[in-house]
Amino acid sequence: MNEKPEKLIDKKGCRLDGRKADELRPIKIEVGILSNADGSAYIEHGKNKILAAAFGPREMHPKHLSLPDRMVLRCRYHMAPFSVQERKSPAPSRREIELSKVIRESLEPSVFVEYYPRTGVDVFIEVLQADGGTRCAAITAASLALADAGIPMRDLVVACAAGKVDDTVVLDLFDTEDKVGTADVPVAFMPNLNAVTLLQMDGNLAPEEFEKALNMAIEGCRKIYEMQKEALKTKYMLVKQEEEVEE
Amino acid sequence: MPTFFENKQLVTPGELLAEGDYLAGTNTYAEDNKIYASRIGLADCDNKRVNVVALKAFYYPKIGDVVIGTVIEVGFNGWTVDIKSPYTALLRASDVLSRPFKPQNDELSQVLNGGDLIVAKIASYDRAHDPQLTVGEPGLGKITRGQIMKVTPSKIPRVIGRKGSMISTIKQETGCQIILGLNGVILVTGKTLEDEDLAMAAIKKIEEESHTSGLTDRITKFLKEEKAKREENKNE
Repeated sequence: MNEKPEKLIDKKGCRLDGRKADELRPIKIEVGILSNADGSAYIEHGKNKILAAAFGPREMHPKHLSLPDRMVLRCRYHMAPFSVQERKSPAPSRREIELSKVIRESLEPSVFVEYYPRTGVDVFIEVLQADGGTRCAAITAASLALADAGIPMRDLVVACAAGKVDDTVVLDLFDTEDKVGTADVPVAFMPNLNAVTLLQMDGNLAPEEFEKALNMAIEGCRKIYEMQKEALKTKYMLVKQEEEVEE
Repeated sequence: MPTFFENKQLVTPGELLAEGDYLAGTNTYAEDNKIYASRIGLADCDNKRVNVVALKAFYYPKIGDVVIGTVIEVGFNGWTVDIKSPYTALLRASDVLSRPFKPQNDELSQVLNGGDLIVAKIASYDRAHDPQLTVGEPGLGKITRGQIMKVTPSKIPRVIGRKGSMISTIKQETGCQIILGLNGVILVTGKTLEDEDLAMAAIKKIEEESHTSGLTDRITKFLKEEKAKREENKNE
């Protein structure tokens, strides 16, 4: 994989991993798998494996960071040393600090921060294995962790990327496409409110291409949203089914 | 003006529940004349008010609630108490001592020390101030015996049952004293350890099956069966 492939899309329009241009990678989501956290979620998005845990709302430490009129949301995005091919130093890198901020800002509009003044909520995101588009998968998982912690939310936030490789606009880029491709547009979205909470672009796109990529990413978000809701319901449904059998 | 859910349907945050002439009840919010869920839970509609019974929530302090908390720190003129809510509560020394509190005479850690459990009532709370507790009523104060268990705070009403039917059944069948902290902490005190275990098993069962009908009857049956089983084991 270290060698640069010549073509990212073959003559039939298939990508390196065999997907069509507007196809998502296989996604598996589980909610509530960490018993020590107030809420948690695990997502496998293609080869990405990401854990998210939420704590709170609880008293803010250090106290001077708390705000008198609202709750403070803190995020830590961290990549495990074994998450990439070359060992990554466990110390937070520039990229991780930036992603923490970006993820926090994309989750904040979904949470009713004004309900619990002077408190703090912590979200920890641990990337166990990375294969491009980790920020999007991380947002999807983190939002579920918050919902699982019982924190009041306007909507679940779901994220997905689109981009351009070999002059074609494609959905959900993986590592090689991200690095070799022309552009990457990650989008976080609240489907029920029809609101975009994160929009970035890395690379070059013509205005028409950008618009196409954005719409494609939003379409992808809607698909993941259904899986996200399903995962959340599954955790709480389990209890329900056991009872029905009993009766 | 439709609603978009069946009664007791499982809903996720952000799910559209109703449109038009409805009121937003618990765990919901209104925007543009539409009502959405804000927590995962079971939706129901009660006379134009749309509610969601949360399946996972944390305790939010309310004046007059009886709670069970752990003393975490002894301060200069009171204690800080963990009541399993976003805010830690304060208990003032003058409230516990029946006489005026004098720092030079009274050693607070001899009255209540870190790690002690207390039953207390919330005396005051608002957005700008941490909740203050009081123990100046009968039945409140330091816990000296019994066992503690924890449930999700939103399920406490189910443990109480309609007009207290559920809790009185458990009390009757097991002979235990049960104090329900509205913050989801429950104190069970019985004559023997077995009695306490039985009561706790029943409460655990209620928590797991809280959203089914006919639960009081099933709990009564469960308690009677368990009691019979334990009798048998003793006789053998």
